[in-house]
Amino acid sequence: MEDTLEIGGKRIACRLFVGTGKYSSHAVMREVLLAAGADVVTVALRRVDGSVKTENILDYVPQSCTVMINTSGARNAEEAIRIARLARAAGAGNWIKVEVIADSRYLLPDNMETLKATEILVREGFVVFPYMSPDLSMARRMADCGASAVMPLGSPIGTNRGLRTEELVDIMIREISVPIVVDAGLGKPSDACRCMEMGCAAVMVNTAIAVSRNPVEFARAFSMAVKAGRLAWRSGLPEIAGGARASSPLTGFLRDTE
Amino acid sequence: MSFYDVFCRYRNSEWEAVLAAVSGADIERALQREFLDFSDFLALLSPEAERYLEPMAQRARELTLRYFGRAIQLYAPIYVSDYCENACLYCSFSARNQRERKRLSLEEVDREAKCIAETGLRHILMLTGESKKMSPVGYLRDCTRVLKRRFSSVAVEVYALSEGDYAELVSEGVDGLTLYQETYDEDLYRIIHPSGRKRDFRFRLEAPERGAAARMRQVNIGALLGLADWRQDVLFVGLHARYLQEQFPDVEIGASVPRLRPFVGSFQGSCRVSDKNMVQIILALRLFIPRLGIALSTREDSRFRDNLIPLGITRMSAGSATSVGGYTKAAGQNEGLPQFEIADSRTIPEIMARLREKGYEPVLNDWIAGL
Repeated sequence: MEDTLEIGGKRIACRLFVGTGKYSSHAVMREVLLAAGADVVTVALRRVDGSVKTENILDYVPQSCTVMINTSGARNAEEAIRIARLARAAGAGNWIKVEVIADSRYLLPDNMETLKATEILVREGFVVFPYMSPDLSMARRMADCGASAVMPLGSPIGTNRGLRTEELVDIMIREISVPIVVDAGLGKPSDACRCMEMGCAAVMVNTAIAVSRNPVEFARAFSMAVKAGRLAWRSGLPEIAGGARASSPLTGFLRDTE
Repeated sequence: MSFYDVFCRYRNSEWEAVLAAVSGADIERALQREFLDFSDFLALLSPEAERYLEPMAQRARELTLRYFGRAIQLYAPIYVSDYCENACLYCSFSARNQRERKRLSLEEVDREAKCIAETGLRHILMLTGESKKMSPVGYLRDCTRVLKRRFSSVAVEVYALSEGDYAELVSEGVDGLTLYQETYDEDLYRIIHPSGRKRDFRFRLEAPERGAAARMRQVNIGALLGLADWRQDVLFVGLHARYLQEQFPDVEIGASVPRLRPFVGSFQGSCRVSDKNMVQIILALRLFIPRLGIALSTREDSRFRDNLIPLGITRMSAGSATSVGGYTKAAGQNEGLPQFEIADSRTIPEIMARLREKGYEPVLNDWIAGL
């Protein structure tokens, strides 16, 4: 049975979104995207330079991928909006990951500015994916104003710490009407699998793959883990019991006396 | 409160004794910690830490990959004027050197810019000698306007300005500021800056925070290594960088690690900084501030630069000319005075090829023109 994610009028088969920063070369990045079977790829507009004839990162993104431009470098809503507009004007499409970071030490997102940018960009017809610190109220506001999905962080960018925000993400999955895509901090395929088992719509991974010893194989592993987690969630995970369930129950004798 | 207040708190400490008292256990503890405090940084800069360079390097590499990946941003300096009113003992531009000076016309700036931009670089660092009279803010503004036509990012390395002056440059499109304190030894600072506006230690020390307050995106600081005891200078570079990062969380803070190079003059500095010392400096800075941008100029030779890359470097100048008009000078034509001797004279394509061989991606454009 087909199990696709529908966002912004597109059907997405691969629920592993892949980032394009930090690779040793554009060629390796391309191999990673192919190995992952990625359908959605984020690219920082600040790394795109159409005026340089020799190298353009977008030339290395497979045609089949949907490019989601991220607003990396934006320190406030106004800058994120300008980056989104520049991206669209440059022909990079209208899928935007809103990333507003005003914290150079931990790189944590500014939810308030992200919400402001989301509101405006949705009104301007962008398909908007806000990257956020997991917060139910903010996620609700983002969804209410038309975000196509929300992207809570699993742990701070680049840390590979995994899903440290599990409790909050779990609440968001249950309460928010738009897809939840866990972004940032996932370090192992098992982290991605866990997100999918919980019911996330997709996950987004960059650093863990880009800086691994074998990025291509690691991307493949992540892709498989996402599929496994998704399949498990759809199949219905067995409930975790609070205690042991004896195969010879203590009240079994009642059956003999009836 | 400014960084000068922080500086005053630490300036009279007996650093030599403190550094000598560091034990192996102190260093091992620092290596185990996720977030290092100042005493950890101090431990990593101690003489004892020279025995721990390899584990420090392993950790530094891991942190650099985590936060910056395998990308090295390249940039080029453009010297637009070498007029200078200071008499710094360690610099070729010093007003004491009776040499012909030069300031580029805007047409010449554009010709130089075109020459650099044709290599594909999109990050430029505009430098002048320190003469507010000969390269006033209005001139810097005009130059910025010319450079913005060809580059995504224009940073300045000029004399210390007021916050208002920095704001004026920011409004014209300057997004980065580089300013070296040269040395944090206030007494030595006065000796090696015998005259000129640069003699004002505090005005210079507080300039990076004025730049940050004026909404510069990137602020890069440093000491000219070799002028004074390098361990003490680097301690203050780290303190300064962390202060700026805490006060201006939305500004990218960077540090440079320039070593004193041959120049026109004879001042030798009081402290030799060996290659091994340089490695320790870069590693300690990376471990203390994992998100710190670390820039390496062509003052260092190609072999050494290549070896430093995995240890924490995130930005490198490439294909540099350190004299006014240095990119477009015709053969045999008199060029301006180089500020220092270049040790890595490889072309940009050569540096890019080497980076790729080492498994790194040279990044020519990391900012958005017009933002």
